[in-house]
Order: sequence, then C-alpha cells, then structure tokens
Amino acid sequence: MANLIKFKIDGVECMAEAGTYIVEAARQNGIFIPTLCNMAGLIPKGACRVCTVRINGRFMTSCTTPVTDGMEIESNSPEILDLRKSIVELLFVSGNHFCPACEKSGNCELQALGYLFQMMVPRFPYEFPKKEVDASSPKIIKDQNRCILCKRCIKSIKDEQGRSFFAFRNRGNHLEVVLDKEMGMKMTDELAEKAMRNCPVGSILVKEKGFAMPIGSRKFDKKPIGSEVQV
Amino acid sequence: MENAINQIITNYGGRPDRLMDMLIAIQEQFGYISRGAILTLSNELGLSQVDVEQTISFYHFLSTKPRGKYAIYLNNSVVAYMFGRQAIKEAFEKETGITFGQVTPDGLIGLFDTACIGMNDQEPAAIINNKVFTRLTPYRVKEIVQYMRKGLSLDELVNESYGDGKNQHPFLKAMVSSNIRRKGMVLSDQYTMGKVIKEILPKMSPEGVIAEIKHSHIRGRGGAGFPTGFKWEFCRRAKGQKHYVVCNADEGEPGTFKDRVILTEKPELVFEGMAVAGYAIGGDEGILYLRYEYRYMKDYLEWVLQNMREQNLLGENIGGIEGFNFDIRIQFGAGAYVCGEESALLESLEGKRGEPRDKPPFPVEKGYLGQPTIINNVETFATAVRIIENGGEWFTQFGTEDSTGTKILSISGDCMFPGVYEVNWGFNVEDMLNMVGAYDVQAVQVGGPSGTLIAPNEFHRTLGYSDLSTGGSMIIFNKQRNLLKDVVLNFMEFFIDESCGSCSTCRNMPQVLRNKLLKILKGKGVRKDLDDLQAWAKVLQPSRCGLGQTAANPIVSSLKNFRHLYENLLQKDLDFDEGFDLVAAVQDSCNYVGRVPKFHH
Repeated sequence: MANLIKFKIDGVECMAEAGTYIVEAARQNGIFIPTLCNMAGLIPKGACRVCTVRINGRFMTSCTTPVTDGMEIESNSPEILDLRKSIVELLFVSGNHFCPACEKSGNCELQALGYLFQMMVPRFPYEFPKKEVDASSPKIIKDQNRCILCKRCIKSIKDEQGRSFFAFRNRGNHLEVVLDKEMGMKMTDELAEKAMRNCPVGSILVKEKGFAMPIGSRKFDKKPIGSEVQV
Repeated sequence: MENAINQIITNYGGRPDRLMDMLIAIQEQFGYISRGAILTLSNELGLSQVDVEQTISFYHFLSTKPRGKYAIYLNNSVVAYMFGRQAIKEAFEKETGITFGQVTPDGLIGLFDTACIGMNDQEPAAIINNKVFTRLTPYRVKEIVQYMRKGLSLDELVNESYGDGKNQHPFLKAMVSSNIRRKGMVLSDQYTMGKVIKEILPKMSPEGVIAEIKHSHIRGRGGAGFPTGFKWEFCRRAKGQKHYVVCNADEGEPGTFKDRVILTEKPELVFEGMAVAGYAIGGDEGILYLRYEYRYMKDYLEWVLQNMREQNLLGENIGGIEGFNFDIRIQFGAGAYVCGEESALLESLEGKRGEPRDKPPFPVEKGYLGQPTIINNVETFATAVRIIENGGEWFTQFGTEDSTGTKILSISGDCMFPGVYEVNWGFNVEDMLNMVGAYDVQAVQVGGPSGTLIAPNEFHRTLGYSDLSTGGSMIIFNKQRNLLKDVVLNFMEFFIDESCGSCSTCRNMPQVLRNKLLKILKGKGVRKDLDDLQAWAKVLQPSRCGLGQTAANPIVSSLKNFRHLYENLLQKDLDFDEGFDLVAAVQDSCNYVGRVPKFHH
C-alpha cells in the first residue's frame, strides 16, 4: 500500500491510503458508517446524507469525502447518530414503506437502518403521498411508493452503448426515478436481476421473483446491517 | 419537424453537453418539446429518452406539453403579492377562462406561476414569450388578452413607454426600469470601456493582477463571500487543458435584481471584468450563464459583445497584448433557482439537471467539463475592473476592514423608492430604510429567503460579511403585513418548489416544516410544535448545497425574531396534541356509509 496516512474517527487512530473515501477507510479500520445511496463500484453522489460526519465543525458526507492526513472525524456522537436517525425517519414518512407487506423485507437497507437506529415510530408526521407503480416492463416492477431516490439504478443499469435505463423525473418533492419505456421492454434477465439487487429498498422488483428467498433467511434477518464491519 | 430538430442539434455541434441550448431552441421554436423531438435528440446524442426527459423536467421553462402561443409566466414572489398579484392572477383567469397551470383549449394562451423574475421594484410583473411586462393592472391584463385574441404580435401587445437608461436601446426596447438610485464605483459614470484592457493590463503580469485583487480583499458578491483573489489564484495554479471563466448571472434569490441592472447599464464592465479574469487565470473562454428570465437581454448583450470584439476588447491578441485571447459566449438557464449554486450551474452549463456537485473537488480544480474554472458573480467581475483600474489599496478605503468596497443592494417591498442602491459596506439598516423612504417598518428580510428576517431592535446592525451578510436582496415589510402567512409561508413554498431533490433532507424536510407552519396558521398549533420546528430545521444542515442548508431559514429566523407571532396563534393551555385529526381521517368513510363521526375520549 502506497502513501498510508493517519486519521482519527471519534478519537480512534486509523490508517488508510490517501484519497480513500472516509466510509471505505472507516470500514478498513473496522468502523461502520451507515450508508444508503452509496454502492461499491459506483461514483458516489452523497444523496441520502445518512453517512454524514463532522469534520472541522462542518457536516460532510463520508461517501464523497476522501481522508486526508491528520483528519479528525466525528462519527458516532449522540448528535450525529440522532441526525442519521432523523434522516432515516424522514425517508420513512416521505414514502409509503410498509415493511411487513414488502417483498424486500429482510434484504432492505432502509429497514435494516430503521432497526439499527431503533426507530420505533418516526418523529415526523407521515405524509402518505400518492405514488404510482409502473409494471409496464415485462421484466420488472418500479414501485414509486418505496423509492428513496438514491440513484443507484440510474448509475449502474445501462445498455451496451452506455445509455441509462433509469433517470430522474421532475425535481424537489416531485422527484421520481422512472424507467425508460422503450428500453424497459428490452431489458435482459441479468439486468433486471441486477437492478433489483442494486436497489437498497423494494422499489425495483423482478416480476415473480420477490419471494424467491423466503423471509427469515434473508441478509438482515440474522445479523444487523454493518455487523460484518463492526461488532 | 425532424429536419428542424436536426438543424438545432447541428447548430450545437451535436454535443450532449449543449443539450440545454438545444432544448431551449426547440422550446422556443415549437412552444414545447415533443415526443418526436425527444426521440431525435436521444438517437443523435446517444442518450436514452428518459435521460433527455430528466433534463427537460428539471427546468421550469421547458415542457413536454404545449405551453400556448402566448405563454404567460406571472411572478409569484412575496413582493408581487404585496403589490396586487392576486388581482392580476384573477384578471388573467377571468379573461382567459382557464386557471393557472392550464392552456386555453384553442392553444392560444397558457398561464403559469413562476418564481421571482427579478422585477421586485416594478411588480406585479410577468414574462410573456420572453418579453417582460411590468406594473400590471387588471385593466392592462384585460387589454393584453384582447390583443392576443386579435392575433397581435408581441411588440404590438406593448403600449407602455420603454424604461429608463439603456432599456431604450434598439436591441433592448424593454418596459423595464433600471431604477438606479445611488451610484458608487460600479454603477459610476466614470468608467471608460477598454481602459483597463488597453492601458493597464499590458503593464501587468497575470500574477500582478491576482496580487492586486488579493490586496483589495474583495470577497464574492453573490452571497457566499469567498475571497476572489484566492479563487483566481487557486484556479491559475490548477492543472488542466483549458481554464474557464464563468459569470454567474442566475440571480434567483427572490428580491434580487441588481445583476439585471448591471447587465443592462454596464454590460461592458462585466465583460471586461471577465476578460481581466481570463488574463489572470490563463483562460481564453468565458461563459455568461444568464437566467432565462433575462432572455429579453439576449440580442442586446450579443450586440455589446460584438461591439467589444470590433474594438479588440475580445477576440485575439486583445488590447494589443500578444497571445491574450479571450472571448465570451452567453448560455442560458431555463428556470431553476438552484443553478445559482456554482456547481449546479456547471452541471446546467454541461446540459444536465442542475444538481449541485459534491465538494471537494472544487470548481477551481475541476469545473466546467472537468477543467479548472472560476465562477464569479456579475457584480464581482464588474468590481474587479475598478480595482485593477485604481489599485487594490484604493479599494480598501471603501467599506469596512473585513468587507471592503461597495455593495449593490436590490431594495423592494414597502418603501417609497424601490430600486438599486450602491452603498459602502458597513451601511446600517436604519440608514438604509431612511434612504429608501420606508416608514412603519415591521421587518426587513436581509439576503432574500435564504437570509435573515430582522426586527426593529436589530436595525442598528450593519451590512457586511461579519454582521448582516447579503447578496443584495433587501425586502421591507411594514406593520400591516402578516409576516407568517404572507412572507414565511411564501418563502417556504419557494424552497419546496426549487429544491433539486437530490438530498433526502432538502427534498423532504421543507415540506414537513411547511405543513407544521400551516397547522399553526390554522390555529391548531401547540407549544411542542414550536420546539419541533426548531429541532427539525437542524436536519437540513447536512444538505449538500446552500439551498438545502438555508431552506429552513425563513422559519428559524422568524421563530427567533418574531416568536410572539407564533405564540399568539397557539392553542392556549395546550402543550401537546396527538397531531392527528381523527374526525378528518374518518370523514371519507363516514360520508360513504352515511354516519356522523362520534368518539368517546
């Protein structure tokens, strides 16, 4: 490893290669910083803000900020933890997330973070927005009720020419991720599976595959999110 | 039609990063962007159709549905309402027979709301097919609609005289008034176009220019206040194939209109400032990113640029300096407040949705097309010319120690003389109110909705980066105004409409806060609601850009300085409620089965 540098997370001495994003550098040092929109192999966008940390008095997203020598990062302070919990709660009230009825339950990162933060009931009022379900593609269902606008599908699901299957539509609280009608008709099984896998929640489902793995034996059914990094 | 679309694509070199220009051209030519146009664009540019649509749907002035032969965009800023916007809206609806958001069945007229169009000193105002109509009255509305029905041309709709100053220029012919009411170094008549480029730059090195700017201690005039000299220095040092100079003329902060006035009255000063910056950072291309609301200035500004080229102030070997090549082109936004944020502006310049970028890297290292770029406000470039002309030392005699020079204020609202005032930094609010003829003042919104709402006990405070920082928007409210209902609520709606939606915080929280405010305004609030507003607003702080970080400011600052207004609306003796209206919740089902809701508490 070239150019190792030292930095601190909540006072704990850490080391990583210069330029590594904080979230990854933390992981290498056995420290878990929760994320939702971040995904290995994709250019980060800092959209969900769940990985927020504080550096020099400023809030920064640890998925987009590289570590530098001597950096001091505040991550698991009560204030930051409550901030992250607030953001998770905000995502719950601004969509329609009914975990018990969701095909992704147990594999859902939003649900897993809800458990991690011991969210009982969100502090914000539920908005119960009216959202659409698009089932026009022969391969997948795009359920806007559950979408958290993380952009993972937009960035990762492309055809051979590099064209995106998914894109944003509108802005602000009317923002949604939509599937290209024409390309959605020609989606391969592999891409459909990948889209479902890359979706952190249950917004993209491969038709007839929602319960391929039974509830109870899924990723977060046994161990909480982040436990592979930090006990 | 396909030929026309292909021609437009060719005009912009078939480059996906010029998608915005193409979309604007199509919108203007056809009144909307059709499915066929989207298909052609996606095929020619190698994008999926949803990818093209995501840019269209981001911008207020772009549409996939026809907007009418005459598309009327009526400003909905707070000051527009204060000066009779409601009556204008009703008149338009009465005369056209449609409501806002609709187009008449014959496709002739479309009515749309739009955020502050930079005409706060002459409201109510609307943009009709890129032409600005100011000081509207219900009678004028009736007349305008009648003229439209008769098929009159856009110029024939106007029976007002043109505004003051350069608004009468043959390429401008606008009924807009500049309303310059106080001149300082920037708005001064002392400026001679080209003097700095031809007489001073030849004797200075680029490093010398940067040193002089640094010595002046000028900070960015857009609002954020970053030291300009350092920005230029960082950019000069950054490695890249090309360095860019971008002028941010997206002034979207409600209540700001001084860039409109500078670009109308002193465009040469701004362009010369961009050339000076190009010389300093070693860049040969400048882009003026102009908000679409100011599209009416296009021909005029193009004429100014051409004039400057002819005088060797733009182009090659400018001012006789061997190798100093610099030219400027104008690129337009299409209606998005967030594009005033510099990295969102860059995204927009590259033909994309105006979503702010994560920083680092900063634009001085990786900006337009990934190359080192400086982005400065219109006023900053204009001021830079005066600094190079007179020296950084000269500049520091104006203003205060930490806020040198002058600031151009856009003052509107309840005052006798709304308009543009150039003052030295350090000016206090009380003097300002006396200067503009404002009486019985209840509050002043300093710096627009993202700034602070202050009460009379703070009118002794001064304008400057260490006290009341402002990009220039000053809105005055007299004692008759209902601050919470008419001002704070309007500002919150503005932030909800203008969020790009990328950050979960800014996409959702302003709405949660607005709903809470509505609850209080309905008389349903309890003491806990005020605590919630204060605590929940903090969730916006970790948002990526200034829009999100400040989106709760209308509530936070009014709660701090006008808490009694909230408290007066609360239900007495109630600290807590269940936050849930059971009767309302079961109303639909009760209606359905014909029952009256009855509960035992």
